[in-house]
Amino acid sequence: MQGFKAAQSPTFDLTTSDMFCQSPFYLRNDEGNLHVTRYEDLGELEQAAAGELHQEGSIYSSTMMKPNIDPFLTNDLPFGVLRTSLGSGEMGSSATCVVDVGCEEQFLNQPGPAKVTGRFSTMVDAGQFMLNNCSISSRMVDVGNVGALGNGNFENWGDSCLADHSHSQQTDTSTDVDTDDKFQFFEERHEPLIVAESREEGKGKYGDQKALRRLAQNREAARKSRLRKKAYVQQLETSRIKLAQLEQELKRVRQQGSLVGHGLSRNQSQNANGNGALAFDMEYARWLEEHQRLINELRTAVNSHLCDNELRVHIDAVMGHYDEIFRLKLIGTKSDVFHMLSGMWKTPAERCFMWLGGFRSSDLLKILGNHVEPLTEPQLIGICSLQQSSQEAEDALTQGLEALQQSLSETLSSNCLGPTGSGNVADYMGQMATAMGQLAMLEIFVHQGDLLRQQTLHQLRRILTIRQAARALLAMSDYMSRLRALSSLWSARPKN
Amino acid sequence: MQYNSIDPVERIVRMASRGAVVIFSNNSCCMCHAVKRLFSSMGVSPTVYELDQDPKGKEIEVTLARILGNSPSVPVVFVGGKLVGSMDRVMAAHINGTLVPMLKDAGALWL
Repeated sequence: MQGFKAAQSPTFDLTTSDMFCQSPFYLRNDEGNLHVTRYEDLGELEQAAAGELHQEGSIYSSTMMKPNIDPFLTNDLPFGVLRTSLGSGEMGSSATCVVDVGCEEQFLNQPGPAKVTGRFSTMVDAGQFMLNNCSISSRMVDVGNVGALGNGNFENWGDSCLADHSHSQQTDTSTDVDTDDKFQFFEERHEPLIVAESREEGKGKYGDQKALRRLAQNREAARKSRLRKKAYVQQLETSRIKLAQLEQELKRVRQQGSLVGHGLSRNQSQNANGNGALAFDMEYARWLEEHQRLINELRTAVNSHLCDNELRVHIDAVMGHYDEIFRLKLIGTKSDVFHMLSGMWKTPAERCFMWLGGFRSSDLLKILGNHVEPLTEPQLIGICSLQQSSQEAEDALTQGLEALQQSLSETLSSNCLGPTGSGNVADYMGQMATAMGQLAMLEIFVHQGDLLRQQTLHQLRRILTIRQAARALLAMSDYMSRLRALSSLWSARPKN
Repeated sequence: MQYNSIDPVERIVRMASRGAVVIFSNNSCCMCHAVKRLFSSMGVSPTVYELDQDPKGKEIEVTLARILGNSPSVPVVFVGGKLVGSMDRVMAAHINGTLVPMLKDAGALWL
């Protein structure tokens, strides 16, 4: 956090702090003169920045670049402080507010320590910002004067700049190529500037097309580089997962082979557990693929308005496939109940809603919403009873589980435990045996949970008509898919 | 009639008819706790035999295990003197809507 600390002091660098300006910002152009943009041109800049924003295809840009939500531009700052960053690879993109300042010159208008947010510090660090580097120092720009032109406009401009900028923060700053380009760019152009004086000197119309184009090109290059990097990272991730899966499969097959060859091995119990979890995960992945395929077939059937008998075939296929997962879960539970309970075989978002190693059967009916309408009176009664009975069964199992935890805890905290003295060893062993028995009850509870889920599904199927059942199955499957997609988005989100 | 010579199955049947809802349970069994909570959430007050507190309990438990083939042997639920079964059967009956009519017929539920 060196950079951050440095930023907090009134003088970034070491030197004078009386350099500050009241004027908005300054642009370099080819002639090396300082120009002040006029208000009319701000509109162009805003559009230029905004235009660039909308080109971004990535989801991050679309969420990050909404104006007015950039927390950096808050009312806390005395003036809209715009900062650009070197290292983010977005040199020119911050609405062309590129500033090249002389080595000891600062633009701070605040008398005290600069009010910088955490984001600034990130930017400073991430940008490989060498504050001690004279030739490229602070990029703080005080745009206070622009405010005089109308706060609304000012803020929009700032927002779009900063939003764009905040997006640029999301890029991994190891795009060194871009950074180097920018460094070079500024190195060439460097000239010391006396800010206070240039205010009078540099007034002129901003019409430097070259600078604009250059900045646009920089933006484009940076954007492409980001996209390439993202694609590459995703490829790496997929390959990594594949590799891990292959390794595990190989290990499993080897172990199974060796077990067959050598009979019981010492590590068999450990392998069995590891195998159980792994085996289940792989079976589940296969099951999920097949499930998607069956659901797509069902969806096609529904959209083609097939007759009931044909729909029934597809529905029965999906239901039968659900029975298959419950069978797999029983095997998985018997071999590694804690793996099933952990839900590590599910995606994170799905895990949020987990109960006793699977989805809540009482939630199932809530998911349906109005997909199955219209319902007849008896159907409505049936659904309501099902909702109630599944809720009651869930609550009963939950309370049973709590009782189990309570007894296990009591067993383990009993005074007998503690291998001190021979007399207590027998008690210790006895208590451990009791605890083992209690732990074994977990398998039964998880199995009951699965049975409950399975029975709720089947009862739902009985209550609904063919068409309603088809819609219900599609709705449920879509809901689960969305949860899984949410998990993917979440894990791929940029982290600051 | 000697109490001791009664066939355990016979004893179970007799005990099972002593209430609208009868549960054979163990005090320390968590699944029994779950099934008891299920009935009370429905507003039913079952007759509960805690076999681990009954001198003849062990025999009954063994017989139940033999008849039903369940492990653990408890809980076992009878409604109106008729065998429903272990927790999974009770839950299945509740979900598929057959438990409530059974309870009403046995006089355990009034609504």
